[in-house]
Amino acid sequence: MPEVTYREAVRDGLVQAMRADDRVFIMGEDIAEMGGSMGVTQGLLDEFGSERVRNTPISEMAIVGAGIGAAMAGMRPVVEIMYEDFLTLSLEQIVNQAAKHRYMSGGQITVPLTIRTQGGAGWSPGAQHAQQLEAWLVHIPGLKVAYPSTPQDVRGLLWTAIHDDNPVVVFEHRLLYPVKGEVSEQLEPIPLGKARVVREGTDVTVIAIGPLVHRALEAATQAEEEGISVEIVDPRTLQPLDEDALVASVKKTNRAVVAHEAVTRMGFGAEVTAVLQHQAFDYLDAPIERVGAKFTPLAFAPVMEQYVVPHAEDVLAAIRRTVGK
Amino acid sequence: MAFHWSATLTAGAYTPGTLAKVERETTVGEGTLREFLHDMLLIRRFEEKVEERFRAGELPGFLHVAIGQEAVAVGVCRAMEEDDIFASTHRAHGHTLARGSNPRRVMAELYGKVEGVSHGYGGSMHLYDIERGNYGANAVIGGGLPAVTGAGLAFKMRNEPRVAVAFFGDGATNIGTFHESLNLAQLWRTKTVFVCENNHWAESTPGWQHSPVWDDMSKRALAFNMRSIKVDGQDVEAVYAAAREALEHARSGEGPVFLDIPTYRMHGHYIGDPQVYRSKEDREAAAYHDPIPRLRERLGLSDEEFDAFDEEAHRVVDDALEFAKNGTDPKPEDALKNVYA
Repeated sequence: MPEVTYREAVRDGLVQAMRADDRVFIMGEDIAEMGGSMGVTQGLLDEFGSERVRNTPISEMAIVGAGIGAAMAGMRPVVEIMYEDFLTLSLEQIVNQAAKHRYMSGGQITVPLTIRTQGGAGWSPGAQHAQQLEAWLVHIPGLKVAYPSTPQDVRGLLWTAIHDDNPVVVFEHRLLYPVKGEVSEQLEPIPLGKARVVREGTDVTVIAIGPLVHRALEAATQAEEEGISVEIVDPRTLQPLDEDALVASVKKTNRAVVAHEAVTRMGFGAEVTAVLQHQAFDYLDAPIERVGAKFTPLAFAPVMEQYVVPHAEDVLAAIRRTVGK
Repeated sequence: MAFHWSATLTAGAYTPGTLAKVERETTVGEGTLREFLHDMLLIRRFEEKVEERFRAGELPGFLHVAIGQEAVAVGVCRAMEEDDIFASTHRAHGHTLARGSNPRRVMAELYGKVEGVSHGYGGSMHLYDIERGNYGANAVIGGGLPAVTGAGLAFKMRNEPRVAVAFFGDGATNIGTFHESLNLAQLWRTKTVFVCENNHWAESTPGWQHSPVWDDMSKRALAFNMRSIKVDGQDVEAVYAAAREALEHARSGEGPVFLDIPTYRMHGHYIGDPQVYRSKEDREAAAYHDPIPRLRERLGLSDEEFDAFDEEAHRVVDDALEFAKNGTDPKPEDALKNVYA
């Protein structure tokens, strides 16, 4: 199987979707000649031209909103919000419009819109370019939310998102773009709402998303040396959520850690914790541990930034707590 | 300052005939004008009935009528082609009826019935009727403008002879979606027409309190180098002609058009609004500019002829009401449907 970076996998997903269907086009800030602030869309302008690879003004409401309208009129737009912090500007369009047209119309309308965005800490972008806001959107009925952690997953989930008849928000992470991973020769669509067991184990389940999947793998390797067998499950899609897969794993290991880079308070892990305590209460041998960022904005100074966000050691410490070590 | 507003309005800032500066051929015959009167009266009587039934406690939710603004709805919607689409506002009954949605189904929606145009999921502020090109009435001011821009972009990308029309009020010209949408639409020359129904009120706030260009909204379009046409919103014939011109311009791919349509909201922001913020003179001025007597005069109708139109409108509205009241209530658990496609 070929090995590509996460960035290349996103690009390949877009290219293949655009080649397969004229209705698919992309728009966003600086995505054409520049190829996007993260270089994801490099080369797409040359292949598809300026009609289908559209540089937009700095207008997040209009970027998302025009995507909604084009989607309602039969296109399959993929819009890019350069940093997920800027989702805040387009939130009215996402929450009140994209998520609700189908519902308010009594099922007359479909909004097959894909919103790609990225963010995350780890390179000192400061408080307005590093947040993790995925939990906000999971709270909105009518939206689907994916947060792929590997090249194979991001390509397959992006493909599915583009072909889904609902608005789907796909979160990417700044630090994942250069990460390499194996991808299948042929693009394999991955269904939304299907978790992946990243690593099998017997003592404790770590449910992690985005970059924390990779931190959890580091922690699991260390835990193994300490005699703790760690299973890692990546939900991949936050809405719909593959509750069955998460619950099944915890019923097997009887212990759980949930981990993400977003702040712990009201984070996605809170929802997962609630699901587990309700559906696997009798199977739990220890309190469910939560790993996330400390409750503060992200500071600029690298030492402060690194203090705030969770690392492999934090996941490992949580794993140890669940087994009483 | 309230005096300033009323004085300006009653001084005839919008003297009919001075607004439509662009020379244009009006091809509307008397037969068509009679159809316009039919539609305007239907909307008027429909909304009066809605007010009555709301006050009787039969209708849930918020309701906003556009009494006084019927010529805008009919003039613009009648100018649209079959495949054109539009998005409306919280004040949507007129646009929806003028575009040809079945009055029975519109009324049924206000009663929250399955037979309603949005099957009870939307209500007055979220009337949808895809078959009639209604892509949704929006209860967030300016909320639908980006989507109309995007639909106009889709029509342009596919080279289709269709136009997406956005209705909005003067209050919407101060919100970010308005500026972002007009900018993008002009930049990409989308097949879009922006219809600004300037009734001079943003809820209870008069135009002069909310906009530095409240009496000339065309200046907003100027900022985006967008073509604008200003037309008297109480003259349905003029609105129709201006809308035809705007739609054909947009349809040709030359770019979007901003229709600046001063009009009058004869009633309050919502049904039951005591309008404590509005002077008696201002209300009288609005009533003076009622578009229906004006069209009647234009057609030279006798009392008998006009009454025949009116009776027909009442008949359709009564029938719609009967239909709506006898409609089917959704099952409570239907609330869980239509969340996802």
